[in-house]
Amino acid sequence: MRGPHDVGGLDFGPIDPEEYSLTFWELQIDAIRAVIGSKGIVSTHENRRTIEQFGHEIYDTLTYYERWTAALQRQMVDKGILTQDEIDKKVVQLRTRFHETGDLESF
Amino acid sequence: MDSVGHDHNHPRQSDDKIRFYYQILGQALKELLIEKRIISASEIQLAMEKREAATPANGAKVVARAWLDPKYRKRLFTDANLAVAEFGLELPTTRLVALENTPKIHNVVVCTLCSCYPRDLLGLPPAWYKNKAYRSRVVHEPREVLKEFGTLLPDDLEIRVHDSTADLRYLVVPMQPSGTDDLGEEVLRSLVTRDMMIGVALADRAG
Repeated sequence: MRGPHDVGGLDFGPIDPEEYSLTFWELQIDAIRAVIGSKGIVSTHENRRTIEQFGHEIYDTLTYYERWTAALQRQMVDKGILTQDEIDKKVVQLRTRFHETGDLESF
Repeated sequence: MDSVGHDHNHPRQSDDKIRFYYQILGQALKELLIEKRIISASEIQLAMEKREAATPANGAKVVARAWLDPKYRKRLFTDANLAVAEFGLELPTTRLVALENTPKIHNVVVCTLCSCYPRDLLGLPPAWYKNKAYRSRVVHEPREVLKEFGTLLPDDLEIRVHDSTADLRYLVVPMQPSGTDDLGEEVLRSLVTRDMMIGVALADRAG
């Protein structure tokens, strides 16, 4: 069966040629992925594999860099580098910080 | 059109919560990985700068040299990794293959499964290269797809579509436009665009 990524030979309609500049957030995820890759923590193949294993529900709902973010989360937990619990706690902490300061990125 | 979707399946506006969640998740992962000293903030910063510094101007240097210098051209088609390294462009973990457009053969590059792309030579891939419309169709109706880019190819020109992988990336070397033989290297570089090096545009349209 085709995975959600396996689209070669299908027909998803006309090309949308619009140019799009990455947001700071997207560029940052791209950079984190590059650093993680260059350190040999997660290879390009592993990243591809993680994303391919997302079902249609995740693959088709998320944007390109959201898929990378979801993949990074899964890889870090699977490799025992981060725990889901500490990720969840950090997300709650960041939500609070955002609501208090309106800023996500300040440390 | 919303600014984040950029796939054929545009996320709905009501998905703002999802958009915001992943932005927070990305920041959370970044902060945790820095706190645990897995990666550093300066490494991320450097990687961002490197990404922004890599643009199609890199690939254009390679193509212009191949137009001017037959010996370089031969090196490029023999071992592209070595040839681009002459410009300080390194692809340490992937093999690079240069594809020669000729009066009989036109080459087009895609990554049907994802978005593999010669980033060091062309920068980050355009949105359409990552989206399903291009990935799904260019392999079976390249002539139609190129038409959507305004590129009309004669019926007797053979089109070869190359599907990239994590280990293998392609650079299309367009044909040098006629009447440009006397131009210098700098000017020739300025004639080479990203879309020509992906294969969705022809160099003779740029002049």
